[in-house]
Amino acid sequence: MHQTALTSFRVETRTRASSVFAAVAVVVVLAAFTAPFFVSRSVIQDLFFILTMLVLAQCWNLLAGYAGLISVGQQLFVGCGGYAMFSLVSLAGFDPILAILAAGLFATLIAVPTAFFTFRLYGPYFAIGTWVIAEVGRLAFAQWKALGGGTGTSLPREAVRDMAGISLLRDVFGMRAAQAGDAATYWLALILVLVTIGFIYRLLRSKQGLGLAAVRDNEIAARAVGVDAARMKTLVYLATAFLTGCCGALIYVQKQRISPDAAFSVIDWTAYVIFIVVIGGLGTVEGPVVGVILFFLLQNLLADYGSWYLLLLGLIGIATMLFAPRGLWGLFSDRTGIQLFPVRRILKGGPFAQDKKGGPNG
Amino acid sequence: MRLVETQGLEAFYGDFQALFGVDITLDAGETIAIIGANGAGKTTLMRSISGVLRNRPESIRYKGEAIGALDAPDVMARGIAMVPEGRRLFPSLTVEENLLVGAHGRKVAGPWNLDAIYDLFPVLRERRKNPGTALSGGQQQMVAIGRALMSNPDVLLCDEISLGLAPVVVRDIYAAFPRIRESGAAIVIVEQDIAQALRVADRFYCMMEGRVTLSGRSAEVDRAAIHEAYFGAGRHELA
Amino acid sequence: MNWLDTILQGVLLGGLYALFAAGLSLVFGIMRLVNLAHGDLIIFAAFLILFLVSALGLNPFLAAVIAAPLMFAAGWALQFLLLNRTLGRDILPPLLVTFGLSIVIQNGLLEGFTADSRRISAGTLETASVPLGPVNAGIMPILTFASAIIVIVALNQLIYRTAIGRAFRATSDDPVTAGLMGIRHDRIFALATGLAMVVVTIAALYLGTRANFDPSAGPARLIYAFEAVIIGGLGSLWGTLAGGIILGVAQTIGAAINPEWQILAGHIAFLLVLLFRPRGLFPRAVD
Repeated sequence: MHQTALTSFRVETRTRASSVFAAVAVVVVLAAFTAPFFVSRSVIQDLFFILTMLVLAQCWNLLAGYAGLISVGQQLFVGCGGYAMFSLVSLAGFDPILAILAAGLFATLIAVPTAFFTFRLYGPYFAIGTWVIAEVGRLAFAQWKALGGGTGTSLPREAVRDMAGISLLRDVFGMRAAQAGDAATYWLALILVLVTIGFIYRLLRSKQGLGLAAVRDNEIAARAVGVDAARMKTLVYLATAFLTGCCGALIYVQKQRISPDAAFSVIDWTAYVIFIVVIGGLGTVEGPVVGVILFFLLQNLLADYGSWYLLLLGLIGIATMLFAPRGLWGLFSDRTGIQLFPVRRILKGGPFAQDKKGGPNG
Repeated sequence: MRLVETQGLEAFYGDFQALFGVDITLDAGETIAIIGANGAGKTTLMRSISGVLRNRPESIRYKGEAIGALDAPDVMARGIAMVPEGRRLFPSLTVEENLLVGAHGRKVAGPWNLDAIYDLFPVLRERRKNPGTALSGGQQQMVAIGRALMSNPDVLLCDEISLGLAPVVVRDIYAAFPRIRESGAAIVIVEQDIAQALRVADRFYCMMEGRVTLSGRSAEVDRAAIHEAYFGAGRHELA
Repeated sequence: MNWLDTILQGVLLGGLYALFAAGLSLVFGIMRLVNLAHGDLIIFAAFLILFLVSALGLNPFLAAVIAAPLMFAAGWALQFLLLNRTLGRDILPPLLVTFGLSIVIQNGLLEGFTADSRRISAGTLETASVPLGPVNAGIMPILTFASAIIVIVALNQLIYRTAIGRAFRATSDDPVTAGLMGIRHDRIFALATGLAMVVVTIAALYLGTRANFDPSAGPARLIYAFEAVIIGGLGSLWGTLAGGIILGVAQTIGAAINPEWQILAGHIAFLLVLLFRPRGLFPRAVD
């Protein structure tokens, strides 16, 4: 009698809300792909901004919310990705799309010694250490005269014009060069978002993801049950470096102009990202999505107010950390128990009809 | 004079209830023992009285005042000093500094000062400049007791002072207790060693699973009754 | 390159960096808090001194004496009302809240003082110098270095020879047991941050009279303070001075080779120390 009860338990993550969401998401994504044919260029540019910030936010969220690595230096990979792409395209004549991938690999390469140095530092000092290394990156690239040194440089116009796929867009769909460029980078951003969220979601649902959550909650206990914490953290750091590097490269394909202060800006690529993740909801996949939408709305509303806007962001960030540490999505999810990207392990089946959820992370 | 009185004292760690209505009393000049197995709630009781755990105000009275909801600094200022479980000396302080910090929150005149503590535990005088934790377990326990005495408390709570120490060391430490009694402090000792506890205390309370299961005068105790109250032997039927 | 002069300038610069770092080291030692707004608080203090100098026509040293208790109160309130709520097992809230604070201070200063570069005038002291053997040393850099030494001696006396210092160390070891001794850790922490802000005011005085500053200059100061603490080793104030000196010397040597390399040289020295001595050169505290 006891034996059949045991074998009838199963571990699932699917919930009704998530199944509904999955169906809706497919429709939304398909619609998003067709957007460049229906909406104006400026909307596409706005969407591009939202999508790229979302990639950066998901990466930072994975690092800080799951691996416990609070980095204030992700701008290192944005800048390295941007500059790698620029050097391959401007100096070596690469196609931008290929250069984006190569830039991601370059960023990953840079992440190896960075991890080596910074992982030696405890918690808050790790944070500042990543910042220092990002500064080293900024100062180093500012010495590279071939790419404009401290003042930066622009992409040659032929580079984007001759990008793979652009001629198709122009000939078949009658788009003008600039519009085609925006559409192409937009689609790449969409693909990058799907890859990033897909990777993160798969990771969290896997055995490695469970180990990661254990490390985040209590590293010593996790190691005691055999989780290789150091390896997990390193893998996560390298993976996010790759995605962040690709994102940086893509951003600068679209901007077509780069400078060290912009590419390695702690405000643009870290402060805003931290704000997005904290206010949206740290440690959830849905949180950064909520955060990026809110951030975009706030930015549009307050764009004219200069430093008051940043000041307000800072205050909202502080208030959120104090009073709603799991962010807006966390507040919603705690009230309703809904998870759209379900990663909680739910024990189903067994002799009692019980959905026993074990803790916040399964 | 009644110094400490608990009435229906309950304590929780989050959702977990550790004490289920405990009633104990402590009068001036007395030494009482709280005995029981691990997990019986003895340390929780000490933490409640000393203010580390917050409880309902009236559930703990000290000299008539309801102190259940006060925090540790307020409680110690009124004259209840604790020798915490595990000794918990400060590693960044020397032996002497550990003693001195014991009086930080309560500076009243009384029999206990540095010299008096060194008289009580002479071995500490030679080691006063050593870091607090560079001592043997027994010596650390002496420092912990001395630290609590430095505030000239009316009530001294001793939580498991024999834990991890060799029997001969434990005897040396308890040998100092008569002098502590003479100085006027009422003492509560928490012990797992029943014999040692009953040798030192006038009265005892036995606890199990968060409740007082037996109490009485040490001199009149019935061994079998204690055995049952301590272990609960005979209470549960094996299936 | 005049080696002796370069190294002397570097050592004296180290005094300034040690002043930046001493407050950071004190607060981290007592409550394991790294305040990411530390650099911005230095700049804030510099603007406060500037304001007192221009509004009241005071000499900068006098202005600093007036600013110090104001900064103490501000630090005390900041810790007691805001930062104490973030302390706990999780390291994320203090990091994120102080990061937000950094943004708020920078932009508040921008609104209040504009992005213009400022300088606090110290009159003739700015260019005065004394001959030290074959080289000349500026009076202000010497005063800065001397002040760093005095601050460190004073802090060490406080921490190791007074009842308050015992309370600091006990709280840092074990806040719960310290409570049993009657020590209120929330007030101890507030006192520590208040003291750190007094040191910050002294650092701001010497920063403001030595170099131009503007509202966005905070993060760079935080980085120098942090590098000095890490190079020197956690938990030792004299180690922090050593760290500051090493950083200062690395920077001045780098600058002597190529002015664009000054800051980079400092970072490289930091990374080298981190490579061979991850806990710093003279670590004392156990984390």
